[in-house]
Amino acid sequence: MTDVPIDAAIAEEELVEGSSLWKDAWARLRKNKLAVGSLFVFVFICLFCFVGPLLSPYDATAQDLFAGAEGPSAEHWFGTDTLGRDLMVRVMEGGRISLLVGLVATVVALAIGVIYGATAGYVGGKVDASMMRFVDLLYALPFTIFVILLMVAFGRSLWLMFVAIGCVEWLSMARIVRSGVLSLKKQEFVEAAVSLGYSHRRIIVRHLIPNVLGPVIVIATLTVPAVMLLEAFLSFLGLGVQPPNASWGVLINEGQTNMEIYPWLLLFPAGFFAVTLFCLNFIGDGLRDALDPKSAKD
Amino acid sequence: MLKFIAMRLLQGVLVLLGIYAVTFLLVAATPGSPFSSERAIAPEILAQIEAFYGYDRPLGERFITSLGNFVQGEFGPSAVYANRTVTQIIAESFPVSLTLGSISLGLALLLGVPAGILAAVKRNTWLDYIPMSVSMAGICLPTFVMGPLLALVFGLILQWLPVAGWYGPEFAILPATTLGLYYAAYFARLTRGGMLEMLNQDWVRTARAKGVAESTIIWKHCLKGGLIPAITFLGPALAGIISGSFVVETIFQIPGLGQWFVRAALNRDDFLVLGLTVLFAAMIVLMNLLVDIVQVALNPRLKYD
Repeated sequence: MTDVPIDAAIAEEELVEGSSLWKDAWARLRKNKLAVGSLFVFVFICLFCFVGPLLSPYDATAQDLFAGAEGPSAEHWFGTDTLGRDLMVRVMEGGRISLLVGLVATVVALAIGVIYGATAGYVGGKVDASMMRFVDLLYALPFTIFVILLMVAFGRSLWLMFVAIGCVEWLSMARIVRSGVLSLKKQEFVEAAVSLGYSHRRIIVRHLIPNVLGPVIVIATLTVPAVMLLEAFLSFLGLGVQPPNASWGVLINEGQTNMEIYPWLLLFPAGFFAVTLFCLNFIGDGLRDALDPKSAKD
Repeated sequence: MLKFIAMRLLQGVLVLLGIYAVTFLLVAATPGSPFSSERAIAPEILAQIEAFYGYDRPLGERFITSLGNFVQGEFGPSAVYANRTVTQIIAESFPVSLTLGSISLGLALLLGVPAGILAAVKRNTWLDYIPMSVSMAGICLPTFVMGPLLALVFGLILQWLPVAGWYGPEFAILPATTLGLYYAAYFARLTRGGMLEMLNQDWVRTARAKGVAESTIIWKHCLKGGLIPAITFLGPALAGIISGSFVVETIFQIPGLGQWFVRAALNRDDFLVLGLTVLFAAMIVLMNLLVDIVQVALNPRLKYD
């Protein structure tokens, strides 16, 4: 009657290389060439946007009217815009803002969606029904219109944009978390947690949310491009990021006004924007297949 | 079914009321007034203008009056364009936007749904990969990228099509393609997913085992259920086409509602913003109602929900 055999048994068990969900997922993701390639390209674009401006000799807002609207050259790889600003640095700086908006607004959406969805799913019953009915109603609303009105009403600050976009994009997040929690809460480990007297909050935060993380990561990856799209849309209409600051939406807008004469002003930012969205969508699809093999495309 | 429709209609009315209230408050919260201008106006004149538009009344009273007018279909005068009413502006530009929107949505469905069915039926062949890659590219090229690019290539370089204005059928081609392609891509992906789910069902295997012709399986057994995701997306697609029209009508200089809305929001043309928002919302609510009805018709299991 000693503890030794048990310890030994545990030690032995530990020797067997367990394969966690995350490891499995990583292995599956690595096999998906499209997703891995997209990941590489995306990392490259991020480095380009965040590190690039430090290495470039040009300043994003420095105007050089004698070098206005020159095509791509050895000096200015992407050419210059009509005010003589180096387009490559502008694309980098614009990308930085676009990517940051994408990230921050996604975090806002994530926070709202996860808390809302988990609460609805956990409480269940009438509360759940009315909470989800509310989400259904919001789904049917013309949100871009409200975001536009919000930006007009409260000034065009970057922070407001984060919040406004975040408030729009949390709906699908809430739905997914809720359905996950709904199926999880009947399981034994939740019952065990309840019988141990843990608070509802602890059960939701420590036991339920970690278990729905997979689909949440997938939907978050897919929310980033959606958010970037909305930001670019607002900036394109002149309601988002304000010049002289740049985002890809601003640059695309500037480019399209002059595209007949200076097509590179449109092509470079549009190209970067499209490639980034492309990569994020493929990474999201790849993650979905990797984290949830059942839903993998056959 | 009638009860279901009545419930949804009631709900739609409530949603519209909510939208009206939120828009009204947002517009009222916007700093400045629609009547402020670069030139200084004598305070007496400003007071008269404000009295004409009812702006000298307290907010609550204005809300009630304007809601009452709305219910009677009277959207009020434009606060910026003198002598024009919101109803006039809508009557003028709605047909333009409606034409553009219907062509775009039609294009999206006609391209997207068949491509999705093809991709699902021929999955993991080139007939699957090619349409799906093209549609992925379509999703990554939003309207404000696609529009200028199409205008650049077909309008300015090849000179095949006009790039600005609204004077004849050929003027609709580029903007409708810009708007439609994006949603065609979505419809293709959704249809593919829906069809695949149907084709993987056990009863399809049973049907195949019984020797039912593949075409019967696809068209008779699977199409109805497989189209549900695409049909569900009709509501969001309409909302997207409306907000997309803000961009496309700006790019191609089309005198439709979208351009009016952006201008009205920027100029603080309060009544026009309110009228257009409620109109857009009403269209979306109606579309969602239609979608709900079609869904119940296609999927009897939903009936008792």
